[in-house]
Amino acid sequence: MTKVTMTVNGRAVSGDVEGRTLLSEFLREGQRLTGTHVGCDTSQCGACVVHVNGEAVKSCTALALDLEGAEVRTIEGMANADGSLGVIQQAFQDHHGLQCGFCTPGMVMSAAALLKDNPKPTEHEVREYLEGNICRCTGYHNIVKAIMAASGQEMPAVAAE
Amino acid sequence: MPKDSGIGASSKRREDVRFLSGTGVYTDDMAMHRQVHAVMVRSTVANGRIVSVDTSAALAMPGVLAVFTGEDFAAVGGNPAGWLINSRNGEPMKEPKRPVLAHGKVRHVGDAYAAVIAETRDQAKDAAEAVAAGAVIEELPAVVNMAAALAEGSGLVHDEIGTNQCFDWGWIEANRDAVDAAMKAAPHVTTLELVNNRLVPNAMEPRASIGEYFPGTGDYKLTTTSQNPHLTKLLVCAFVMGIPEHKLTVVAPDVGGGFGSKIYHYGEEALVLAAAKKLGRPVRWTAERSESFLTDAHGRDHVTTIEVGVTLDGEILAIRTNTLANVGAYLSNFSTATPTFLHGTLMAGPYKVPHVYVNLKTVFTNTAPVDAYRGAGRPEATYSLERAIDKMARELHLDPVAVRRKNLLTPDQFPYTTPVALVYDTGNYQATLDKALELADYDGFEGRRAASAAKGKLRGIGLSTWIEACGIAPSHLVGQLGARVGLYDAATVRVSATGTISVMVGAHSHGQGHETVFAQVVADKLGIPEASVDIVHGDTSKIPFGMGSYGSRSLAVCGSAMDRALDKIIAKGKKIAAHMLEAAEGDITFENGSFSVAGTDKAKSFGEIAFSAYVPHNYPLETLEPGLEETAFYDPNNFTYPAGAYLCEVEVDPDTGKVDVLAFTCADDFGNVMNPMIVAGQVHGGVAQGIGQAMIENTIYDENGQLLSASYMDYAMPRADDFPMYTVDHSCSTPCTHNPLGVKGCGEAGAIGSPPAVVNAVIDALQRGGMTHVTHIDMPVSPARVWAAMQG
Repeated sequence: MTKVTMTVNGRAVSGDVEGRTLLSEFLREGQRLTGTHVGCDTSQCGACVVHVNGEAVKSCTALALDLEGAEVRTIEGMANADGSLGVIQQAFQDHHGLQCGFCTPGMVMSAAALLKDNPKPTEHEVREYLEGNICRCTGYHNIVKAIMAASGQEMPAVAAE
Repeated sequence: MPKDSGIGASSKRREDVRFLSGTGVYTDDMAMHRQVHAVMVRSTVANGRIVSVDTSAALAMPGVLAVFTGEDFAAVGGNPAGWLINSRNGEPMKEPKRPVLAHGKVRHVGDAYAAVIAETRDQAKDAAEAVAAGAVIEELPAVVNMAAALAEGSGLVHDEIGTNQCFDWGWIEANRDAVDAAMKAAPHVTTLELVNNRLVPNAMEPRASIGEYFPGTGDYKLTTTSQNPHLTKLLVCAFVMGIPEHKLTVVAPDVGGGFGSKIYHYGEEALVLAAAKKLGRPVRWTAERSESFLTDAHGRDHVTTIEVGVTLDGEILAIRTNTLANVGAYLSNFSTATPTFLHGTLMAGPYKVPHVYVNLKTVFTNTAPVDAYRGAGRPEATYSLERAIDKMARELHLDPVAVRRKNLLTPDQFPYTTPVALVYDTGNYQATLDKALELADYDGFEGRRAASAAKGKLRGIGLSTWIEACGIAPSHLVGQLGARVGLYDAATVRVSATGTISVMVGAHSHGQGHETVFAQVVADKLGIPEASVDIVHGDTSKIPFGMGSYGSRSLAVCGSAMDRALDKIIAKGKKIAAHMLEAAEGDITFENGSFSVAGTDKAKSFGEIAFSAYVPHNYPLETLEPGLEETAFYDPNNFTYPAGAYLCEVEVDPDTGKVDVLAFTCADDFGNVMNPMIVAGQVHGGVAQGIGQAMIENTIYDENGQLLSASYMDYAMPRADDFPMYTVDHSCSTPCTHNPLGVKGCGEAGAIGSPPAVVNAVIDALQRGGMTHVTHIDMPVSPARVWAAMQG
């Protein structure tokens, strides 16, 4: 076991980890930050996406030991200072961009990374960017709408609801 | 003007706040004091005789606390099939035992024959490898293909039953001769052989279970990923473990999707309970995704021949189907009902058809169990029918829209008894068809096709007019048909002294948004704010005995129970108000949250009545009990029948066979809609699963029974860029006639109606492109399959 220290959601944390301990395990089991979910074992589903030093990373693919001194942000760190939902989170609620909620943390973290690099993505760019995030509930329709809305763009009124 | 709260409002989902902030609590998110970890040891062969399992090396490894094998559960019961189906000749179906852990034989890749419990998950995983290394399993030839499984001389999945056929079912057997005669006399018969491809449900949250045992009281607790905790509890107690039912609590907390796969009781749930008792510590197990692929109940997997006898102008005279349905290695809980009463009964579709006969054989194979997956039998029926009708129209040079119009039931024909024993209560299939054609700009298709052609692409449009049956019931009927349970649901409405409300419901929400929608219904009925109502679900120690959520039943069945319980609350409130207002009970009316004496300004608010019920200082104690809490059970007297029309528009690349779905339009009749936003979301998700089935998803076992599509690198899960924005409408509403809310259910529609629309569109594109030899392509319509079909 080796001690590793990093900053998670602005708070310095440390823990003893094995060489094989994944960042997802460090967050979920070590820090009890269970908002980051693990939905597969092959780095496809994206439920575990967090930000490491500002970049979207699948936390099931990163070893905790490699992240000494890193700045990590998880879904638990996405709310506004007053605890209210952040812009992307709120857009997901407003546009019914989630159902069971399991893929949602990863979707929100990926959306945040997308909008940081590309503040006004097209619908096509949003869909392409979500290649690494699987949702089984929503058919993606309302996730795309939510991310477009969070970027300040309204989707054309394609749906009748 | 859209409402902003109550029934019909698109109220934002209250559950979203916890899911969006990472504070939802799914089973694997829980940490228990002194918890230990279970890892299953799974068969790597599809069919094998367990010669010996040496656990001594594993037991000596660091942190290992116990190893269980099939021997440890030999004396307890098996996980049963929920429905007992008789064959056409009256023989009962074959029901081989499904043990907690495989004993004597392993029957599919992933079949667990041992389990290791250790202090950490990694220690348990390491020791599970040691158990596997110490196990001697003699591999036997695998039974994989259904037709081969039924052939003379096939190996057997279950030696003790002497056959791989579970049952040979006819629906309705009395129709058989008349259907044969009508088919023989029909001027034209369209025949189509098709495969309804096997799917893996793939809820994003893998299954997980935590077992606890409390030696001081002898109580057990199971926290598990279930769509129906009371059903799991009943199965564990009455069938498998023999735990007295009052000594087990089952909790299904936040559950990350189910789609059917979390209806069923699985062996891991019994294992963690037994291990918790043995070790005196909480025992947890969480599936890895590869385990989900290998052991979650799969869906579909039918091979069908459908014949449609018609007049030369397309009037349907008779329908006959012959189907082989895979049930896998063991009978999962609904596996015998899904291909029969949720499939054969739908084979008349939304059409007026005089003669229908369905023959279906269920087949054991050395593959994972197959059971209900979103739609469950109804997608299979709809796909067979809607593909065959399209093929028939083409063979007779008739317009596919006109053919459907000719055969659809008309609004004046309800209630309508089908030849396959359902009574459709209401519908307007012309209205949904017209709406779909309008929203999809069907008339403008030719212009769009020409534009695609100018780009070198083949454009096609495909239609499906579908019907389903939801909220399976009534109990006395399903009992005659072989169900081992009732199919009612239940709700308890508990009003507090301060007028807030908790409603404990038998339904379970794992993405559907019940906490929001059910509260809308309560708030509307009682004239109080939605925020004053909480919906409690998922904990058998809190909720009444209800059957959970599957088959699009939650609102139609449990919502109806809740409505009945609210009626009782209002009735009691009137008695209390009559006393307080010194009026006759018959003179009290309840409206907008106020009990008043008709024709006067004397009134008491709902809150005042609630307070009086719990602080009964001015109260008719001689005739009325204090308190304001009511329970109702509701057993529907019929199914509900959602229906609709779906149109899919595709472009096919003639050089590669690649298909793009450009537009998808749904016009649905769900009866009354409680929350349009949530209903649309349910349709989006269902349609995506249906398009996924039609376009890319497939589950492949090789001839040795190895699952080749066992990870997200091998199984094509649909991504965001596989879909267009959908057009969804549910304005053509004919309220259900027999439940108090007039609701029909919307959870499965998208997955039922969409696959044939996609395939019909692809065939249409190829036909319009001159490839008239292509009359059918099996799902998924992958580029390779489409390209091969184009080459003839």
